[in-house]
Amino acid sequence: MANGSIPVVVALLAATFRLATPLIFAALGGVISERSGVVNIGLEGIMIVGAFFAVYGSSLTGNPWVGLLFAVVSGALVAAIHAVLSIHLKADQTVSGVAINLFAGALTSFLIFKLFGRQGQTDGVAALPYPTETMAKIPVIGPFLAELNWFVFMAIILVFVVHYVLYYTPLGLRIRAVGEHPKAADTLGINVYKIRYLCVIMSGVFAGLGGATLSIGVMNLFREGMVSGRGFIALAAMIFGNWKPFGATAASFLFAFAQAFEILAQKFGWALPTEAYLAFPYILTMLALAGFVGKTTPPAADGVPYNKGER
Amino acid sequence: MQKVVEMKGITKVFPGVKANDDVNFELLKGEIHVLLGENGAGKTTLMNILYGLYQPDAGEIYVNGQKVNIKSPGDAIKLGIGMVHQHFMLVHNFTVAENIVLGSEPKKGIKIDMQKAIKDTKELADRYGFKIDPNAVIEDITVGQQQKVEILKALYRGADILILDEPTAVLTPQEIEELGVILKNLVKEGKSIILITHKLKEVMAMSDRVTIVRRGKVIDTVYTKDTNIDELAEMMVGRKVNLVVQKDEAKPGKVVLKVENISALDHRKLPALKGVNLEVRAGEIVGIAGVDGNGQTELIEVITGLRKPTEGRVYINDKDVTGKTPRDIIEAGVGHIPEDRHKRGLVLKYSLYENAVLGNHYKLPFAKGIMMNYNKIKEYARKLIDEFDVRTPNEEVFASALSGGNQQKFIAAREINKDPELIIAAQPTRGIDVGAIEYIHKRLVEERDKGRAILLVSLELDEILALSDRIAVIYDGQIVDILDAKSATEHELGILMAGGTLKKQA
Ligand SMILES: Nc1ncnc2c1ncn2[C@@H]1O[C@H](COP(=O)(O)OP(=O)(O)OP(=O)(O)O)[C@@H](O)[C@H]1O
Ligand SMILES: [Mg+2]
Repeated sequence: MANGSIPVVVALLAATFRLATPLIFAALGGVISERSGVVNIGLEGIMIVGAFFAVYGSSLTGNPWVGLLFAVVSGALVAAIHAVLSIHLKADQTVSGVAINLFAGALTSFLIFKLFGRQGQTDGVAALPYPTETMAKIPVIGPFLAELNWFVFMAIILVFVVHYVLYYTPLGLRIRAVGEHPKAADTLGINVYKIRYLCVIMSGVFAGLGGATLSIGVMNLFREGMVSGRGFIALAAMIFGNWKPFGATAASFLFAFAQAFEILAQKFGWALPTEAYLAFPYILTMLALAGFVGKTTPPAADGVPYNKGER
Repeated sequence: MQKVVEMKGITKVFPGVKANDDVNFELLKGEIHVLLGENGAGKTTLMNILYGLYQPDAGEIYVNGQKVNIKSPGDAIKLGIGMVHQHFMLVHNFTVAENIVLGSEPKKGIKIDMQKAIKDTKELADRYGFKIDPNAVIEDITVGQQQKVEILKALYRGADILILDEPTAVLTPQEIEELGVILKNLVKEGKSIILITHKLKEVMAMSDRVTIVRRGKVIDTVYTKDTNIDELAEMMVGRKVNLVVQKDEAKPGKVVLKVENISALDHRKLPALKGVNLEVRAGEIVGIAGVDGNGQTELIEVITGLRKPTEGRVYINDKDVTGKTPRDIIEAGVGHIPEDRHKRGLVLKYSLYENAVLGNHYKLPFAKGIMMNYNKIKEYARKLIDEFDVRTPNEEVFASALSGGNQQKFIAAREINKDPELIIAAQPTRGIDVGAIEYIHKRLVEERDKGRAILLVSLELDEILALSDRIAVIYDGQIVDILDAKSATEHELGILMAGGTLKKQA
């Protein structure tokens, strides 16, 4: 997709948007879940599952939109497991998340073999179509738009939607109340468990979309290891962004810029080992977290199971 | 008269305690009915059952003659029941208006109509004479104001049956009087009220009937007009209670605490203390009287090392401790009964024995090197529980399982037993029953007589007048006057606390 004829700045900008998209989806998922008080470090695993099922849905029907639907539903289902474990069974949320991450990797390699009869990666399938030519004709910003895909637009719209829901609707007020002081919400007749289930499952939907971005947005197949820690970077973006949709998005852009820069910088031919470029985004993530953690505040009841009838 | 609530044979068992034991309780339409009982008698538990927070192990509930099954607070709200909880149920980073409408938000399309929420809050507050800014964030307002937000929350939901679990524990006398008027008005509007309080004067002034519970059982229900304070106290504790503090003349010794020209900002960075000077000597109790929010909290925080002053010095036994860490200050000989028992006094999800040694946990005999000696710690916890009659099944339970008053007793026990040279007691008897107040007051006087210096901060003038040897009045971040407690009157204190001066009066 890298187009030799466009200016470097445009390429860098477009790459930043493309790379930010999966992070934004997953980070929004994290924001929704943690705002209701459930830590979801299983985002990585849910992205993997979403990425795989997007490809599977597309390969089954030949329709990538069905693939998208598969990604969303599978993401929701895996998140629902996390919800049952952490909300109902009051399991340790970190352990449950780790379990989901391990499970997702194993499940997808098994399914690649079972459903595609191959190892390591699936067949190529129909990716989500994007009208590159038409976009390129738009004046001024055409060359930039031509480099994107529909997921980018979806992510940006969803940032606004999530912000609106969290800060302007009754549901959002309740979600935030449940994440801060579940007992207070309970005494006002708000069903703490229901809100948490909803939020955790929604976080699965978002992370599933993030996975699909990688498999049928940017590429047209699923490969083991393709998510490569993006779920964790998204968590970092969520923390860095102070558990706010816009903040998490800005952080996602920052991390994505580091990645885009890494890809481009390798072409500059500086006398640095490639590993240095590869490490760049991760180093930036660590620095950002080291500098900002402690200055941001998680929801007060984040990660604490709610026990009705206990005080 | 019509019965709006009838609870029959309610039993509720927690691990190790029968909190309610075959309790019968009824509320008539238009009455103010006080539930009276010692700390841990089971009042909050009974009301939590009525509000759907707990499920009873046995018993039936009727509301307006109908048998009901209240499975959650949502059910209770639908039945027109509102409850103000003993410990605040407020989301600390939400505004007043957001807290009030939470769960029944006014809507414009799919959006919350925040404008209406603010307007409704304002109107409701005005109607009941509460001065409250709907846009203020909860963590920025005083506990007294938070209490009002809690009351407004219940009223906003249109409750006909109002449960108030110790609503006056953090209010000033004036505010309590105002609340009394509000409650009378609510009753006139046809509402019925269940009130829990430990303040017997209030019971006499505000209620129509009183139900007394002791150790989970109902002792009796009486008409307020047929009883009196001494009788109520006796019924509740099961013995005669001495409501007057016995103390001899103080014999003040050397200066233990010296506060010199202290200024400090509150957490919003506004000036809260403006040049405070104060001395407390060994063998005396100095009371600080003042309306809530005039700098008491900040003054204590500065002395205990929880807040840095912008100016001035604090000396303990002539040692400059300004800006030192709380640990240094504890080591300098300060014990602190904090005003907010949940925020500062206890780690709620720690067992009682762990809570028993907080602040001393690293010292012998509780710790040796890096090892904790849990046998000694538990033994010490049992001693505290015994001495202060803390009602709990054992020392292993979480602090959160204790009733509010018993948590308070436990903190007082811990701090007094550190045997400090200076005891800072902020609202030391908040939410405590008369029997336990008698004991804590007695202990504070004993500590004084042993030569300890005691700084008492209380919103209750009665307590200040009963215990103090000298009374410092704080107003707008300054000590405006210091009176001799023997000659001070409630009237004089009232004037000073409101910002007036005595010289002009005389
Ligand atoms: N959730 C719980 N878990 C365990 N024990 C509990 C729980 N709730 C209450 N108890 C116990 O039940 C008893 C009654 O407590 P309750 O809070 O009803 O007392 P109370 O009358 O309201 O006292 P106070 O005046 O101090 O508020 C206490 O012994 C308390 O320790
Ligand atoms: Mg209680």
